[in-house]
Amino acid sequence: MKYLFPSFSVLLSASSVLFAAPACALQGDVREHTLANGMKIIVMEDHRAPTVASMVWYKAGSMDEVTGTTGVAHVLEHMMFKGTKGNAPDMFARTIAAAGGRDNAFTSRDYTAYFQQLHKSKLPLALGLEADRMQNLVLSTEEFGKEIKVVMEERRLRTDDQPRALLYEQMMAVAYAVSPYKTPIIGWMNDLENMSVEDARAWYHRWYAPNNATLVVVGDVDAEEVFGVAQAKFGPIPAHDLPARKSQIEPTQRGIKRVTVKGPGELPYLLMGWQVPVLRNLEKDWEPYALSMLVGVLDGSDAARLDRTLVKEARIAISAGANYDSVGRGPGIFFLDGVPAPGTTVAELESALRAAVRKIVNEGVNEEELKRVKAQVIASQVFQRDSMFYQAMQMGVLSTVGLPYNSADLQVRKLREVTPEQVRAVARKYFVDDSLTVAVLDPQSLVQRTAAPAN
Amino acid sequence: MTLLARIAGAALLATASLAHAMLPIDTWQLDNGARVYFVENRALPIVDVSVDFPAGSGRDTKAGSGLAGMTLGLMRLGAGGLGESEIAERLADVGAQLGSRFDSDRAGYSLRTLSSATEREQALALLARVLQAPAFAADVLEREKARLIAGLKESRLKPESIAERAFSTALYRDHPYGLRGSGEIETVATFTADQVRTFFANHYFSNRATVAIIGDLSHVEADAIARRLTDALPRSQEDAAPLPPVLPLEAAFERDIEHPASQSHILMGAPGVKRNDPDYFPLFVGNYVLGGGGFASRLVEEVRQKRGLAYSAYSFFAPYAELGAFQIGLQTRKEQAQQALGVVRETLRRYVDEGPTDTELEAAKQNLVGGFPLRIDSNKKIHDYLATIGFYDLPIDYLDRFVPSVEAVTAAQIKDAFRRRVDPDRMVTVVVGGHPKVQ
Repeated sequence: MKYLFPSFSVLLSASSVLFAAPACALQGDVREHTLANGMKIIVMEDHRAPTVASMVWYKAGSMDEVTGTTGVAHVLEHMMFKGTKGNAPDMFARTIAAAGGRDNAFTSRDYTAYFQQLHKSKLPLALGLEADRMQNLVLSTEEFGKEIKVVMEERRLRTDDQPRALLYEQMMAVAYAVSPYKTPIIGWMNDLENMSVEDARAWYHRWYAPNNATLVVVGDVDAEEVFGVAQAKFGPIPAHDLPARKSQIEPTQRGIKRVTVKGPGELPYLLMGWQVPVLRNLEKDWEPYALSMLVGVLDGSDAARLDRTLVKEARIAISAGANYDSVGRGPGIFFLDGVPAPGTTVAELESALRAAVRKIVNEGVNEEELKRVKAQVIASQVFQRDSMFYQAMQMGVLSTVGLPYNSADLQVRKLREVTPEQVRAVARKYFVDDSLTVAVLDPQSLVQRTAAPAN
Repeated sequence: MTLLARIAGAALLATASLAHAMLPIDTWQLDNGARVYFVENRALPIVDVSVDFPAGSGRDTKAGSGLAGMTLGLMRLGAGGLGESEIAERLADVGAQLGSRFDSDRAGYSLRTLSSATEREQALALLARVLQAPAFAADVLEREKARLIAGLKESRLKPESIAERAFSTALYRDHPYGLRGSGEIETVATFTADQVRTFFANHYFSNRATVAIIGDLSHVEADAIARRLTDALPRSQEDAAPLPPVLPLEAAFERDIEHPASQSHILMGAPGVKRNDPDYFPLFVGNYVLGGGGFASRLVEEVRQKRGLAYSAYSFFAPYAELGAFQIGLQTRKEQAQQALGVVRETLRRYVDEGPTDTELEAAKQNLVGGFPLRIDSNKKIHDYLATIGFYDLPIDYLDRFVPSVEAVTAAQIKDAFRRRVDPDRMVTVVVGGHPKVQ
């Protein structure tokens, strides 16, 4: 078992339409309570097994960082395991482990979250430890000095030595001129090299407060009891003023952007992204739902258009996909990506992906395709009830980005209401070159690289 | 016995049987020889079904490396008169999810579907075709070969793939476990549809199938489903031939491979443990202390916590029908690869010499025993256990025995098992992207 801190940065999966929607129509009983200090508590009872998934979400992600200290949200996430006034470094993880639990954390552009999975009887222990590190974190120079090296190794592992991750990083950096979504979650290496324990401390004091946090518990618990324990553990922590969040709206893009990244490899890789809206008002918005349906039509299953036409029929791609996340604090991007088959150029694949989009603009999608995507949305809503962790995850994301966490029925209904005309309309409106960024990975043969002087 | 005592006793019994009743695994054999493992769970309107065969990459030959995986992969791409797109569309129409399982021992498909009649019926009808009437069209094979070869070419340049290949080859030598599941560029290029058909005919028999089912259905329904998924397969006169034994390493093996990546990828290991191995639990619990227990493990403590040398450092035993790998791994900035390697060697040597402390063993047991409920708290997790218990013919009460088996392990047993099974002087060590000669 590897001990990892996943950064939810590159999620170019085929299933985004399914992930975009929250817990299912058969959603369990969800209860909410807000402590006097502003901390929100969300509890979903799931009595299938005597376990719980417990998560503390902070509305502080890489999008809240400023130039020069990119990556500090994620660095602080690491430091949260490095001891409090009453607990030695690494005792958090050791205590949870000794309680039979699993724990970890993750940082995204929008949030930082910490979780434990354990026997229900150990929930008070986990909540006590979370409350402790919400207010009593000790940020020592010595521990920081070691941990920042670990984070740099993480960056080397996940980005610097991964050509496609480097391409994604550049894609975001180029696609946005203003939005803080432009910086990588893990931070630029030079910012990590120059980061100090004071930077981490300032971040902690700025954002780690009960009034910036949400506790989500899913499992074999009684909601009232959880509220009681949460009150006892988190209730005494004072709220403090949070800095104003500047909107930092991305100005309208006025023309295509292109970027090339060279990296070791044999296969080129193409990533195209169009600026699109995300959900802000679940009831009134319709475009993000139509865009989610469009992802499903293009890449929702093995039966979807891109795989069928480009990979199986025309055979010009090794793989081809679409991705769009309708939920986020910042702006949205609709991605198409693909690896050209041997004998096909990147330019030819780009033309083919554009043609697939144009076909939808010109001819629309048919009712049968849409019905298929809707069937998958509904089934996946049911399937995900098998995972307490996943249900907690979804409610945490929605709550932290400012959407109703218990909007499952509504979102499913809105997705089901999407018409072929609406899908065609969003394709026509948003798939225009003026809001497009194209990123290409230009593979460099290893033979050439090793022949060159040592880098 | 007083009335009160009898009531208390009855209550205790009820509690105990409830704990057991948590996972009442129902198992039986069909007339066609297939073995079925079933748990009824009505909590969610879902059914999970899988069918596995002893047809993993351990059944490949060196010259035909990758054939087992290609065979499995092609089964869903055309079967029973339906083309690949029709199969995909019909599955998607009912929201069903079809997945495959493939490793050194096993090859098979798993299906997750809604339990409602229409959806379930359509999904199972497709799985039945995929398992029993795959088409293996030559045209689809050629396309899949081209895609796979492109991927293999790409992986030739990735440090983690290079390390894994060199490690497996050195660890298993001529044993088929050393073959890459996806095959090699040269072998995949030679596959013909006839070869795939022959592989399927030689390995997919009803009496070698393990059917695992969990969810919203009855025993009678599960039985009918299991028949439907296997009845049309031929029955073999024989059981699957046992795989050859994995031989212990005769000497230490070290290999340094140059690579321009910023990090070195370090793998170290040796043949480890089998399913049904008498040393399984001492090694499993002992490995928690060494490198399986995350922040609670010695490797993470020494490599990451004390020195900041790596993001991830781990060790594991991967149990298979024959000896699977004992493996230690980490990635670190290449300039400090030798330092990290030294720390790993010293940590391993000390652990094999001394075994765990009482405190460490206690912590390991607390986690593994206290965390047991997390291993079976979803249908998906239970389904994986059902499939594994069935395929390896583990005791049907394997899960009930798990906690007592962990609790029974002593420090002396761990030390003894590691000394017999892990020799720090006879390990395979692969470093990709290090500075080989720098001290």
